[in-house]
Amino acid sequence: MSPYSECCEGYALINQLEGSEETMQLAVLLIFILAACVPWLYGKHKDRTSKLLALLPAGLTLWFAQFIPEIASGNTIIHEHAWIPGLDISFTMMLDGLSLMFALLICFIGTFILIYAGNYLKGHPSLPRFLVILMSFMGSMLGLVLSDNLITLFVFWELTSITSYLLIGFNHHQADVRKAALQGLIVTVAGGLALLAGLVMLAYVSGSYSLQEIFNSNQVLTEHPLYAGMLICLLLGAFTKSAQFPFHFWLPNAMAAPTPVSAYLHSATMVKAGIYLMARLQPELGGTALWMTLLTSFGAFTMFTGAFLAIRSTDLKKLLAYSTVMALGTLTLLLGIGTELAMMAFAAYLVGHSLYKGALFMLAGIVDHETGTRDVTQLGGLRYLMPITAICTLVAAFSLAGLPPLFGFVAKELMLDALVQSSLSKWILLLVIASSVLVVAVAAIIAIKPFFGTLQSTPKKAHEAPLELLAGPVVLTSLSLLMGLMPGLAGQWFVLPAAASVWSQPIDGYLSLWHGFNWALLISFISLGLGILVFKRWESVRSILSLLNPLIQRGPEAGYFRFMDGIVYIAQWQTSLLQNGSMRSYLRTIILTFVLLTGYTLTQRYQLHWNWDVSVYLHEIIVALLLVTAAVTACITHSRLGAVAAMGVVGYAVALFFTLFSAPDLAITQILVETLTVILLVLVLFRLPGFGNISTTAERGRDAAVAILTGILITLLIMVTIDIQLFPPISDYMIENSQPLAYGRNIVNVILVDYRALDTLGEIFVLALAAMGVYAMIKFRPDTAPGANHYAGTLILPPKNTFTSENDDVTPLTDPDQFSSPSAQLNKHKQEDV
Amino acid sequence: MMKPGTLILHVAARFLVPLQLVFSVFLLLRGHNEPGGGFIAGLVASGAFALYLFTFGAAVTRDLMRVDPRNFIGVGLLIAMLSAFPAWFHGQAFLTAQWWPILLPGGTEIKLSTPLFFDIGVYLTVLGSVMTMLVALTETEER
Repeated sequence: MSPYSECCEGYALINQLEGSEETMQLAVLLIFILAACVPWLYGKHKDRTSKLLALLPAGLTLWFAQFIPEIASGNTIIHEHAWIPGLDISFTMMLDGLSLMFALLICFIGTFILIYAGNYLKGHPSLPRFLVILMSFMGSMLGLVLSDNLITLFVFWELTSITSYLLIGFNHHQADVRKAALQGLIVTVAGGLALLAGLVMLAYVSGSYSLQEIFNSNQVLTEHPLYAGMLICLLLGAFTKSAQFPFHFWLPNAMAAPTPVSAYLHSATMVKAGIYLMARLQPELGGTALWMTLLTSFGAFTMFTGAFLAIRSTDLKKLLAYSTVMALGTLTLLLGIGTELAMMAFAAYLVGHSLYKGALFMLAGIVDHETGTRDVTQLGGLRYLMPITAICTLVAAFSLAGLPPLFGFVAKELMLDALVQSSLSKWILLLVIASSVLVVAVAAIIAIKPFFGTLQSTPKKAHEAPLELLAGPVVLTSLSLLMGLMPGLAGQWFVLPAAASVWSQPIDGYLSLWHGFNWALLISFISLGLGILVFKRWESVRSILSLLNPLIQRGPEAGYFRFMDGIVYIAQWQTSLLQNGSMRSYLRTIILTFVLLTGYTLTQRYQLHWNWDVSVYLHEIIVALLLVTAAVTACITHSRLGAVAAMGVVGYAVALFFTLFSAPDLAITQILVETLTVILLVLVLFRLPGFGNISTTAERGRDAAVAILTGILITLLIMVTIDIQLFPPISDYMIENSQPLAYGRNIVNVILVDYRALDTLGEIFVLALAAMGVYAMIKFRPDTAPGANHYAGTLILPPKNTFTSENDDVTPLTDPDQFSSPSAQLNKHKQEDV
Repeated sequence: MMKPGTLILHVAARFLVPLQLVFSVFLLLRGHNEPGGGFIAGLVASGAFALYLFTFGAAVTRDLMRVDPRNFIGVGLLIAMLSAFPAWFHGQAFLTAQWWPILLPGGTEIKLSTPLFFDIGVYLTVLGSVMTMLVALTETEER
């Protein structure tokens, strides 16, 4: 059982520590439970709540930290818990180097985010709601990185998307915020769907939903015919989540969220979920030409797009958001290269980025909070007013630019080294160099513009932020510095174990600040020099780049909007086609669909035989004649009451048939329902407009044809069911067991309350809902009921999108009057009458 | 719109409503062995109140029912749901029927069971749903 066995397949297999413990599950659940308690806690502790909440992630950080030595020696800790064993879904959690690195980042940064958020949103009426969602996100993210089961992973994945949506849309009274939230949700959830397909394919190909089992099996997934499809689906999920080009546009828009959210979700944790997934699957799916091509090209292009768009921005948060896009591209690129060095660089860059970017976002939030603006062109000279913020920003920006002795430098040198040593094409290298030039300029803009130069007047009088706001940035930047000064230590315990689980073999290397004179250092020097040059000429660079604006406006985001418009257009088209508000057209659509589909199946599958033993009694013929006469009368009568009565006769004749064929329960029910239907009709009768023929003869002929067709089909169906027995009927079983098992002689009732009680339960819920629906339609009056809209109280709602409030930017799609079917006209008259 | 009921209807309703309600309970309880059951019984009971509704109007019927018909729906669904739980304590599948025969001093046996409670739930839901709709419609008429 020596660690680091010679066989790479067995690496994970041999070193698993399995226990019956379920503490990791408890850790995740605890966060959710605490989230549920937030409103109560807030009621008791008010502003102290967020600090109390922060105790949990702080504790969890320590708890996870105790596993560091064990994980660093190459072990994997597994806590098993069955969830839905029948479907091969478990709640088993797995902790290896990669999970541990993520778990520590989530809990550690989360601690400071909670403290920060408590002060940032102090006194905000919705602070408890914010904290509930933030905690739920933390739990989901932790669950995501710990899950061993693919389905569980997916559940947590989607939970992070939903909580992210709620957090971006926190200020939901603003239309553009809602729009940004929806955009983030749609892009990530659409990717989530692809991911689900990919995960199912992965499980199908590998034969297991458990990541551990997939890793330990000897199958070569990369040679399976489904590999390409599976990979593309999985990457679609990862790329949308991690904002890779061409899905990068949602991330900058997500900056509509309060700053703690941007710092936590949209830089340090959630956007790295896609990266996590790719890293997790790298040992099994990576290393192929397809994997390398896709990841390196998309990664490099995302990297450049991010850096390029960042340099155009003047909003502090946008600058940071685009540089996050750039970092995410870098991580994808490194995963695509797939060498040992690249894996080291990957893990180091991920940690480095989380630390400095989390800090920078919080600092940008402080600047915004204290001055009232975050436009760098309107800020300046704050270094004396906010000295700690200025120092922290400078240090974090140094890390962003990749300057020694910060951890960002270690990561960037490794990244460049991995790139130079790989056999990538020259243009990727060029993109990377261009991005690192731009990112130096971005770092300079962030660090220098707001704090140096002459003091500019700001909307608010600036002063240094309180301790709660500064705690996070100070700790994170000091950590950047500390890890940069002691890269060996950080590497051995924290970064390299993560790299090892991505590489799936022990890593033979170490992190250091000084790599000697090599190509990477040269590139760093060049990009530093050029970056400073770009920073000096920023104004003119921006004005030159603004020439490209028309091109950028036609970028992927325009595609997104066109896609959304297309969906609305199609929905509108099919709604006006299928749901035009006319009852008769609804019925026609439903019935014809049924007739066509069933009729087609019927004629294709079954041969009809006329082998009926026709022997009917006289009384049966009489009842049948009564039924037919009544039905015809209902169709041709000119009196509404007459039609109601005729329909009643139809119902009672059917009940009579039930009696004749010894089904007393059905007969009773039929009679009662008929009676109540007549009562209901009588009550509604007075509300209806005068009787009139609103259809032409041709329309009536068409309706008659539909009716006759339906009648023929039903008759044929009944003949077939009598003729063909596909399965032995279940009724025998029910008849036999009704008395001994269910102690009842009335089989109909036994079916209702025992055999099929679940169906009945569903039915009474439907019945209850229908009753509440009717009640709501009749009762709510726009002038009396609070919150009711103008159309409440009318029996038929207008079909178009007319419910837009004033501050909504969605314009009504069409004029409601354009829609003019007869029933709508009637309805309108009625509205005016009432 | 709705005229107050005639004298014959008035008198008939007073006598028929209690009879119909008793009949509905009878149908409910015998449902497991003879034609009947919660759904039918619920419809009969709503028929009884509907007759009263036609005769005396919505306000008087509400008085007679004492409970808002909407509450019947909620209570009915609750009882039906609760009858699903005893099986849980025995580790059986959801909604598995449980029987508790109780021997009365006279020698007769009463079989209490979850299907019975379930049926009572159905009864109340059906009654509540139908009456909610009818009362609401009548009240709109009367305005």
